[in-house]
Order: sequence, then C-alpha cells, then structure tokens
Amino acid sequence: MMRATVLAVFAAMLALPAAQAADPVKAAFVYVGPIGDHGWTYQHDQGRLAVEKAFGDKVETLYVENVAEGPDAERAIERFAREGADIVFTTSFGFMNPTIKVAKRFPDVKFEHATGYKRADNVATYSARFYEGRYVIGQIAAKMSKSGVAGYVASFPIPEVVRGINSFLLGAQSVNPDFKLKIVWVNTWFDPGKEADAAKALIDQGADIMTQHTDSPAPIQIAGERGVHGFGQASDMDAFAPAAHYTAIIDDWSAYYVARVKAVMDGTWESGDVWGGFDADMVVMAPYTDLPEDVAADAAAMVEKIRSGEFHPFTGPIHDQEGKLRVAEGERADEGMLLGMNWYVKGVDDKLPQ
Amino acid sequence: MRIELRQRTEDSRLMVWLSPLLALGLTLVFGTVLFAALGHDPLRALHVYFVKPLTEAWSLEEIVVKATPLALIGVGLALVFRANVWNIGAEGQYTVGAICGSVLPVMLPDLQGPLLLPAVLVCGALGGMAWAAIPAFFRVRFGASEILTSLMLVYVAQLLLDWLVRGPWRNPEGYNFPESRLFEADAVLPALAGRMHYGTVLALVAVAALAIVLGRTLKGFEFRVIGAAPRAGAFAGFSERRSIMAVLAISGGLAGIAGIGEVSGTIGQLHPSISPGYGFTAIIAAFLGRLNPVGVLFASLLLALTYIGGEAAQVSLGVSDKIARVFQGAILIFVLACDVFIRYRLHFQPMRRPAARAEDAP
Amino acid sequence: MTGFEAVVLTIVTAATPLLIAALGELVTERSGVLNLGVEGMMIVGAVTGFAGAQLTGSPYLGVIAAMAGGMALSSLFGFLVLRLAANQVASGLALTLLGLGLSGMIGEAFIGQPGLKLERIDIPFLTDLPVVGTILFGQDPLVYASVALAVCVSRFLFHTRAGLALRAVGNNHASAHMLGVHVIRTRFLAVLFGGACSGLAGGYLSLAYTPQWVEGMTAGRGWIALALVVFASWMPLRAAVGAYLFGGALILQFHAQAEGIPLPSQFLSALPYIATVAALVILSRDQWRARNDSPSCLGQVFVPDR
Repeated sequence: MMRATVLAVFAAMLALPAAQAADPVKAAFVYVGPIGDHGWTYQHDQGRLAVEKAFGDKVETLYVENVAEGPDAERAIERFAREGADIVFTTSFGFMNPTIKVAKRFPDVKFEHATGYKRADNVATYSARFYEGRYVIGQIAAKMSKSGVAGYVASFPIPEVVRGINSFLLGAQSVNPDFKLKIVWVNTWFDPGKEADAAKALIDQGADIMTQHTDSPAPIQIAGERGVHGFGQASDMDAFAPAAHYTAIIDDWSAYYVARVKAVMDGTWESGDVWGGFDADMVVMAPYTDLPEDVAADAAAMVEKIRSGEFHPFTGPIHDQEGKLRVAEGERADEGMLLGMNWYVKGVDDKLPQ
Repeated sequence: MRIELRQRTEDSRLMVWLSPLLALGLTLVFGTVLFAALGHDPLRALHVYFVKPLTEAWSLEEIVVKATPLALIGVGLALVFRANVWNIGAEGQYTVGAICGSVLPVMLPDLQGPLLLPAVLVCGALGGMAWAAIPAFFRVRFGASEILTSLMLVYVAQLLLDWLVRGPWRNPEGYNFPESRLFEADAVLPALAGRMHYGTVLALVAVAALAIVLGRTLKGFEFRVIGAAPRAGAFAGFSERRSIMAVLAISGGLAGIAGIGEVSGTIGQLHPSISPGYGFTAIIAAFLGRLNPVGVLFASLLLALTYIGGEAAQVSLGVSDKIARVFQGAILIFVLACDVFIRYRLHFQPMRRPAARAEDAP
Repeated sequence: MTGFEAVVLTIVTAATPLLIAALGELVTERSGVLNLGVEGMMIVGAVTGFAGAQLTGSPYLGVIAAMAGGMALSSLFGFLVLRLAANQVASGLALTLLGLGLSGMIGEAFIGQPGLKLERIDIPFLTDLPVVGTILFGQDPLVYASVALAVCVSRFLFHTRAGLALRAVGNNHASAHMLGVHVIRTRFLAVLFGGACSGLAGGYLSLAYTPQWVEGMTAGRGWIALALVVFASWMPLRAAVGAYLFGGALILQFHAQAEGIPLPSQFLSALPYIATVAALVILSRDQWRARNDSPSCLGQVFVPDR
C-alpha cells in the first residue's frame, strides 16, 4: 500500500515536466539509406525538415541514417524511445517487426511505420499510393511513344513494385491497347551503374520511354543521353535530363508528418493505417515539361479524376497474363488485392519472378 | 631526419600495453580536431562517443549484442589467419549458416520441442562449414587462392538468401514481402537479459576453446607451424592440406553459428539483409586482437563500442553518419599503426646533408 | 547504330571502370602489396572527381582530381603498411571504411546536382565506318585511356627494367633488396599508382558513366576489380579480357531479362561470381600454374635491416 503510494507520487513527479507545454515534442526518424540518395530517404528527410519548419522550436527532430535492416534496426529504434522521443517514424518495410517489438516495451511512445501491415495501439502504418501516379505516366508514355514500347527498371518483385508496373501498363493500354512493356529487375533499390546498364539494355531493345522503380537518377540520365524520354522517380529529376524528363512521381511525406506530429502535440494521436495518394498530397506530379499542351492537360485532368475518387486506376475488366479475369467489369480492385498483388496484368512481356 | 623501423629481437612487453594507449591518445587528439572543426563541442562529442555508452546498462547490453557475432567470427578468423589461410569470405559463411539454420523453423514451422534449438544451431554450423569447405577444397585440390574464392562466394550466398526470402521461403501470410515467417518460440535463442541472448555464451565458449587449442595443444601448435613455415611443418609430419581443411571448417562453422545466432536470437526471421557486414568487420577484429582469441574478444567489444558510440553521437549531437564512419576508420588506423611498436622500434637517423649546409647551422 | 553495336558499347563502358581499377591493383599486387581498400579509394575518387569538375567547370580537371583523391588515400595506406609495417588486409579494410565515410562528408554539398559529362570523342570519318565505327572510334576518352593503360602496364611490367625490378620486389623482396632495389620505395610508388587508378575508375563513374554524385555509388565495383586481378592471374591483358567478360555477363543478363527469359534474376546476378570461381579453379590447375608467376611475397611485410 505504502509502496503504491510512493510509486504514484513518484510517477506524478515524473509526469510533471511532460505536462508543462514548454517542452518541445521530440519526433525521431529512422532512415534505411543515406539522406544523400536523392530518392527515398531524401524525400523522408524533406518531410522531417517540413516538420521543423512548421513547428519551429516547439518540436525537436532527431534522425539516424543508413540503418541496415536486420540486427541493428531494433537498437536504433529503441534508442529513440529511450532518448525521450514522443513519436518515432520508421521509414522502411524491413523495420516492421523491430518496430512492433520496441513498441511493446515502450507503450507511451507513438510509432509510425512506413509501408508495413502490422499495427498496435501505439503503432500506426502509412504508405503512399504511388500507383496512382504510375497510371498517369503510363498514359503519357503511350501518347508520346513512337515505338509503342516502354522500358521499366524495376527493383524487387514485391507487391508495391508489381502494382506500379500493372498500373503503368493499364494506363498505357487505355490509350494504346497494344502497348508493350519490357522489364528488367536489377535487384537493388540503388546502384546508379546497374540502373544505367539496365536502362541501356532496355533502350537497345526498342524502348523509347524509360521509367523506373529504383532510386537514382541514372535511368533518366541515360534516356537523355540516348535521345529518348522518361520519368523521374521519388523526386523531381528534371535537372538530370532536362530534355528527356516529362514529369516525375514525387513522394511527399511533408503533409503527413506535420499532421501526425501535430496530433501528438494536441494529444489526439491514434493508431491507424493511412494509405494516401493524390488526395492526401502524398503523391505529387512534378511539372510537366517537353509535353504537348493537350497531353499535359489530359494528365492534369486525370490526376484530378483520381484525386476526387471519380476514377480508380484498377477498374475492371482487368485480366492477368493467363487471361483470367481478376477484376470484373466496372468494379474496382479491393485494398487486399492491391496490397498483396503478385500477378501481372495482360500484356506485360515478362514472367513475374517467384 | 629519417625515421626507420628496426625489428626488435623480441616483441616488446611494454609496448603490448602501451600501444593501445598511444592509439587512444591519437584518437582523442584526432577526435578533438575533427569535432571542433565541424563545430561540435569536442569534449561533449568524445564523451557521448566513448564514455556515455559505457555508463548505461542498456547500451552496455547493446555493445555485447553487437560484439557477439564479431567475436564468434573473429576467433575463427584468428585461427585461420594464424595458419596462413586467408578466409575473407566469413560474411558468406555467416549467411549460409543463417540459411541452413533456418531450414527447420521455416520449412517445418510445426516442429517444436526442446531439441529443436540445438538442431537449428547444428544446422547453422554445418552450413557455414560447408560453405567454407568450398574454397578449402579448391585451394587444396587445385591451388586456387582462397582469398578470391571465399570472397566471391559471399555474393553467391547473399543472392541465394535473397532468392529464398523473395521466393520459396517467403512468409505465406506476409503480403509477398521479402521475409520468412517468424521463428516459433522453441527455435528462438533465449534471452539472457534485455536483447542479449545465449549466442553470447556460445561466443565466450568459442573464445575459451580456441584460446586453449591454440595455446596449449599439439593441434594448435601444428596449425601455427603450418602457417609460419609450411615446409618445417611437413618435415614434422603435419599435413598442410588437412590443416587448411580443418581451420577453414572451424572458422566457417563459427561464422555459421554467428549467422543463425543473429537470425534466431536477434532478428527472429530471415530477411534479405541479415548482416551489417559482420563478416568483414570481424576481419578487423581478428587483427586488432592480434590473432589472439582473448584479444579478439576485446577487439570485438571495442568495435561494438565505436558503432554504438557513433550512433549515439548521431542522435544526441546531430553528427552525421559519415563523420561517425570517418572517425571509426581513423580509430582502426591508429590502432593498427601503433601495433607496429610491439615488433619494431623507431630509429631516428639524421639525414646526411651537404657539408656546406651543415656548417651554416649554429 | 545497330543493336549489336549498342550492346557492345554498353559492355565496354560497363567494363571500363572495372578494368582501370583492376590494372592499378594489379601493379600494386605485383609489387607484393595487397590493398583491399580499392572500394574506398574508388568512392573517394568518384567524389573528388565530381567535386573537381563542378568547382572548375572542366570534367578533365575532374579526372585529375579523381586520381589525386585516390592517390591521397592510397598514400595513407602506403604509409601504414610500408613505413609502419601494419597488416595489409586489416589496413585495406579500414581504408574502405574511412573512404566510404570521407566521400559522404565531401559529397554532402554536391547531392542532387547534375554533373558535367566527359563527352564522347567522335573521330571524323572513322566513326562513320560500319559496325566497328562507333565501337572503336566513338567512345569517351577514358575508354581509350583504359585500353592504352592495359597495354602500357603490360609493356612496363614485362619489357622494362623498372618493371622487372617491380616484379622482383613482389616475388622475392629479400633478394631484390640485396640486389640494390629500393623495396619500400618501389612498393610505395606501386601503391600510389594503384590509388590513382582506383580514383580514376571512381571518377569514370561520376564523370562519364552516370554524371552525378550519390553516396555509395561505386556499389561494390572495387571488390569486383580485386577479383579480376586474380582472375587475370596478374596479367594486364588478361585483366582486360576478364573485365570485358565480366561486363558482358552483367549486361547480357539484362538483355536476357528484357527478352523475357524466365530465370531467377538472382541466379543471373550470381553468374559472374560463379564464373570467376570456376575460371580461377581452372587457371590454378597445375598445368596452368606453371605459366603464371603470381607475386609470391603478396601481403608479406618487408622491413629493411639497414
């Protein structure tokens, strides 16, 4: 009894400083790559900077970069919890189980895990619907291509990437039903040399539009060199190939990060799953350049249609490669199908690596 | 003035203790300059880097967690390097150890019981051994340099792991993400305290066992003779081929245990990336520890400290990850450089200058 | 440009950085020094080269800066292992760590900037020749330099006195020393040459191949170069053949994929490594071994008594 009282007093004392609003909220970020990748991690860090800008000295941000998925991840996450972070963003799929483990030990800290599917009372998940942007660039590709073949530099055959490939091709087929897509898997998110080699191979095989699901600007640079066109990835890559760059699908985490940190400040934070696209400003198209006006206008209109929910890229009828009907006419693919997508739509000139 | 190295007639006992202190001194000076130049308070930075991690129970545990695979692999490497065999592919043996150890928990998840964990560990050790046996066989049978073959097999092992976790071993409930199912409780190395697991005990056993083998047994003597003077060893009736096979198998087995230990004890599932370069860092640990098993243990702890300290500096000072890595590289270079004084002494030899110049001097 | 020419061009450019770095390491190893820090020197060369080009506006000065960057790091290595007789394997690995960190620090200011590209040289008339035209005469200057370098290194090693001395130092440093060859100085120069080549190879990546700076952009090519040296059994022209084979395997793998050949891509990616092991085993068999004189003092410490 006595002990309980002492503990209660003690706890109250500990809680006291937190109650004073003067303390800045600590927001921590765990990055899988270097901030200097100019791709995935770079964009997350832009989000962190947006949080700093939005709240000034009411917030303190912390980060570690280059945290390998694997044995080190759990420690990096736990360190933030111990350093008194109020909210920790873990920005790679491979951090999922470590995040869940640490969250169990630190019930008072909020965790946000990007691209995962496991949640808890203090673990929320978030991801972006990049596939919406891919449908738009697929349409542009089909309108601009002369050879009717696009090249796709792909990283790893996870649902996220497969979904992007399918969405791109569905967009292209909506313009030109015979549009062809060639795919090369480079088995890395980031290796400029390899990405460049893959882009060259694709162009040599007749592709005159280059798109990618890897992080470096190398493929678009090669497109520029070889006189074909393409799209940037993750950030605006126009500077790397001004003549070749039509537009880019930009990951923009700023709005989400600001909103979530705000929720922690207001005490309204709740666990949940956010999968935002154009509607949440998580996916943004870079300025359209070197495109005929009507093509650019159509693309902008399509973005609006997807944003408002009037149109969904995965609207039936959608057949897979074997000709099996996956989404019936007029229906939309449900979230479960999108999340676990492991089949190609009809027309992809590749066999999905199993 | 010229500085020359002169070989000592025997290793300096004083320098064995003094050289690490010298390296520490150099590191402190370098750190002060580096952090000051980058606008951080050097004293605070060095404190965060080297002292703070040693004063918190939590980070002490983390240092042990990090040092465990390094020590396991490092002692094995100390053994092979002493036998003059250059296994630089421990990273691959670690990976294959992790794969083989995961066969039972991943393919037969319903298998439970107290025998499961020992079976998992044995599979891991055998996997590492088998992977190390490939360069050993090529070296013994064809004379192919094990430096290269063992290194090449690292990439093959990593791609094999990659294929498994993205393909056949993918977690069926995992939305196609590249990871295996989580290990069931009976296949997980139990925790000692916090995140420390029984792999640490295995590492200590390995260190003790190899210290005894290398220091006190005929077999250890044989390995050392073969390494130092293969022809003398042949006269003494020691088989170089058998020694090469044996040391590579042992070091591969230890790397394999380290691999499955990390997967089962720390991560709990197979992943495309299961090692932040432990197999390569352990090479540095082996040399920092002067190829002495107990030395390797301390070197592993020191290396672990530089990782943990670097991370702490990133978080609490905003020092970038690159600076932490530069600093770590510098520490290693200082330690390696200062070790020279154990076997050599500096000799300052005045330059012979042209006579006219010499007379100018007062 | 026909498909065939384009593929050959791609292979040649993919092989060039590997070849340059391998030639440097080959000379270093011929002198008896094993420098495992190629990856670190390469990445530092990539960033100093990029920085040099951005700051001066000339990609050619960038090339020089890349070589200087690699050399600076290799001189540190040389000091450690030659002056201080530190262990070569461990020092090389530490050098890689240091190089990766340093390059990130230097490069922070250059992230996201498009780089200056080392332009292709078009030799009038010759470039227009069918088939061989673009392959032989439409490359960037470093491709020519790499081929010339292979020939020069070969001539140097086997047809000059200095080359003989260098090989002698690598084969038996004690005898070379007794014959009056300055072992440490020879090795130091060889290490510096290796550093300059590694730096140049890195610079090729950031100036010609993909003109940009991104952290970790060498992505393990330094290790492949190390493998190539042994694959080539320390012969410069074989290193060239090996580099083109390696580059070919990398590129054809992508073509096979784009053609839709259903093989696990990990298997294709593993092929070059498996091929290297196989080639090494074949080359090391007794009848071959007689013909290759690998430096027998590789990795051994030499300290002159006087």
